[in-house]
Amino acid sequence: MAYSSAEQHHEPHSFWTRYVWSQDHKVIAVQYTITAIAVGMVALVLSNLMRLQLGFPGRFAFIDANHYYQYVTLHGMIMVVYLLTALFLGGFGNYLIPLMVGARDMVFPLLNMLSYWVYLLAVLVLMASFFVPGGPTGAGWTLYPPQSILPGTPGSDWGIILMLVSLLIFIVAATMGGLNYVITVLQARTRGMTLMRMPLTVWGIFVATIMALLAFPSLFVSGVMLLFDKVLGTSFFMPAIVSMGQALSYKGGSPILFQHLFWFFGHPEVYIVALPAFGIVSDLISTHSRKKIFGYHMMVWAIVMIGALSFVVWAHHMFVSGMNPYFGFFFATTTLIIAVPTAIKVYNWVLTLWHSDIHLSVPMLFAIGFISTFLIGGLTGLFLGNVSVDIPLSNTYFVVAHFHMVMGVSPILVIFGGLYHWFPKVTGRLMNETLGKLHFWVTFLGTYAIYFPMHYLGILGMPRRYYAYDNYAFIPASAQQLNAFITVAALIVGVTQLVFLYNLVHSTFRGRPAGSNPWRATTLEWQTPETPPGHGNWGAEQPEVHRWAYDYSVPGMAQDFVPQNSAVAGGGDDHDQTVVKAAPRRGRKKT
Amino acid sequence: MSLAQSARHDAGGARDGMPSAGKPALWVFMGVVTVLFAQFLHAYIVRMGYADWQRLPTLPTVWLNTALLLLSSAALQWAQVAGRHGRRAGMRGGLFLGGVLALAFLAGQLWLWRQLTALDYVIASGPASSFFYLLSGLHGIHLIGGLVAWGMTIRRVGHNDVTADGLLAVELCARYWHFLLALWLVLLGLLFIVPPATILAICSSA
Repeated sequence: MAYSSAEQHHEPHSFWTRYVWSQDHKVIAVQYTITAIAVGMVALVLSNLMRLQLGFPGRFAFIDANHYYQYVTLHGMIMVVYLLTALFLGGFGNYLIPLMVGARDMVFPLLNMLSYWVYLLAVLVLMASFFVPGGPTGAGWTLYPPQSILPGTPGSDWGIILMLVSLLIFIVAATMGGLNYVITVLQARTRGMTLMRMPLTVWGIFVATIMALLAFPSLFVSGVMLLFDKVLGTSFFMPAIVSMGQALSYKGGSPILFQHLFWFFGHPEVYIVALPAFGIVSDLISTHSRKKIFGYHMMVWAIVMIGALSFVVWAHHMFVSGMNPYFGFFFATTTLIIAVPTAIKVYNWVLTLWHSDIHLSVPMLFAIGFISTFLIGGLTGLFLGNVSVDIPLSNTYFVVAHFHMVMGVSPILVIFGGLYHWFPKVTGRLMNETLGKLHFWVTFLGTYAIYFPMHYLGILGMPRRYYAYDNYAFIPASAQQLNAFITVAALIVGVTQLVFLYNLVHSTFRGRPAGSNPWRATTLEWQTPETPPGHGNWGAEQPEVHRWAYDYSVPGMAQDFVPQNSAVAGGGDDHDQTVVKAAPRRGRKKT
Repeated sequence: MSLAQSARHDAGGARDGMPSAGKPALWVFMGVVTVLFAQFLHAYIVRMGYADWQRLPTLPTVWLNTALLLLSSAALQWAQVAGRHGRRAGMRGGLFLGGVLALAFLAGQLWLWRQLTALDYVIASGPASSFFYLLSGLHGIHLIGGLVAWGMTIRRVGHNDVTADGLLAVELCARYWHFLLALWLVLLGLLFIVPPATILAICSSA
């Protein structure tokens, strides 16, 4: 099986095999990204529709209670699964893993292509639910039975079925992609690219993918069993129940079991989204502050620790469902422990910035914005991790503010930062900086305008998930003014995303040519012989790696960065070794 | 499941001179399937603890099917050993027989479903019944996926001498078959053999 690269990489020539049925990881990444952004725009519009109702209740007749719940449900589901997960793993993962580890492509290109098309199918099935009788499900993104499949919930006929089927299809796609990402990192690293020389972006995506492979089966299980309850009349999750005056044939199932299965997926999902963001932000900060990342080893182990811990905290989403107090104590403790590696990461980012040569480029602005929103969202997480604080706050806007800051806004800011950062490699052109800064400032300040007031609404006791707030004596009239303010801010932020889309499309064709390495970055993807990289990425010879990814501002060097594939002496790995090791981890042996 | 095929077509593509990625990929995939079934069985054991639990009858067909899957796995093991010794006929024969026995197992499972349905154990008639159809069906789907890979492997080793690629594909098939056999034995134990009281005693003390 000794192939030469030339035999293996028949470059596709027709339009269809090159851009549509492509097995090239870079094309698949762009396909994933465009699809995720498109479906994300749907979710953005849904959120603005929700805000219209909350800010100006009753003013928009077409938003009735059913529609409102459908918007809430689909907004949450799309954002968490179909946008964030797909864009980080399928988009950034696909593009960056092979390039950053020096591979020619993913290990299984065919499977990679299938992964995208199956993902697209999942998106289409979900979108189809807008057009079926009864519309999409309005069960809330957690889809808790029994209400999610019973009449009275919007979309309980067809919407919920399409939702569950779409999720099952998505999981198949994520598994196909995930196998590829994991095996590519393990098997296809180029010579010299040891695990501890990988950029933190790859580490974040790698660990997040392993988590996805372990967590998504749990969602699959809950999805299949709920689908069976809905379609085949089984009683996995359905207790004996009287619905609309009629006794149903269900008996003996456990709704709490669904919650356990769902959150065994749901909590790791938070970190499936967060870890790639952590990784990308580390690289953005290091590159744009021209300084090595502080505590690389610590950062890697923090990623691994967070990944492992996130599997033993799920029941903190269920404190209000009731549980043995010892369980509550256990889950509260594990939840608070996760703050330790997370805080280490935040400190390390800040220490990287300390006394560094900060370039406030657009990617850097988004990265710094992320540190701020993530810190705020993480701190409110410490409140909510305690059972006794969580119970009164759990059903209020405080939780909405918390999770949007920590896992809504924060990863989205990183996605924007990443897109601005790697756009020049994908297209060979720079995005417009003025528009980018406008986009950043409106989005960043806007998210504070939206979510900061929600903390106060939550402490006032304003319940979340409600369609309207008439006749609640404890809610002061001023809360409504705050809600109107939040809605205006949300609309402004929503419209500003069009600036981003315009910038994206316009710069693709008209942007300023970027050259091969506009940020003067060290990582391998910036060292390709062509920009955008050609099929097979590296031309005749794969690069050989001689150092870690963070040799910025090394004393005594001609440039303030040393690419990973540069063989010059100096710099080196995390421990400031001056001797450059050849480190042929795995030689070119014939198998 | 076209891992075996992907392994041949793609190995060496991502990195010049890279060893085959088929083996680690299969291990990771089997890990994912293990987690999937572990979650189902977790739900199953929780549900088993409720007072209304009633186990399905163990029909003789269960034993027949188990024997078929055992033989199927053994035939693939035979194919793998023969291939390693360069015996082409043994490898092809074992491979072919293993697949046919797996098909027979699937037919037997369908027959078992029909027998149980005839006895009024349908999918919605009780929790044990629901879990049985769900778990055996899911196991069957994974075996069908294996049979797709098996079909590709048959085509590959059909006309040639024993090649490294062909042998690798056979080995991956055999490994996946053993995995599905082990999975079925676990299901068999939990669905039919080990008394619920024992399972609950073990799981609640752990």
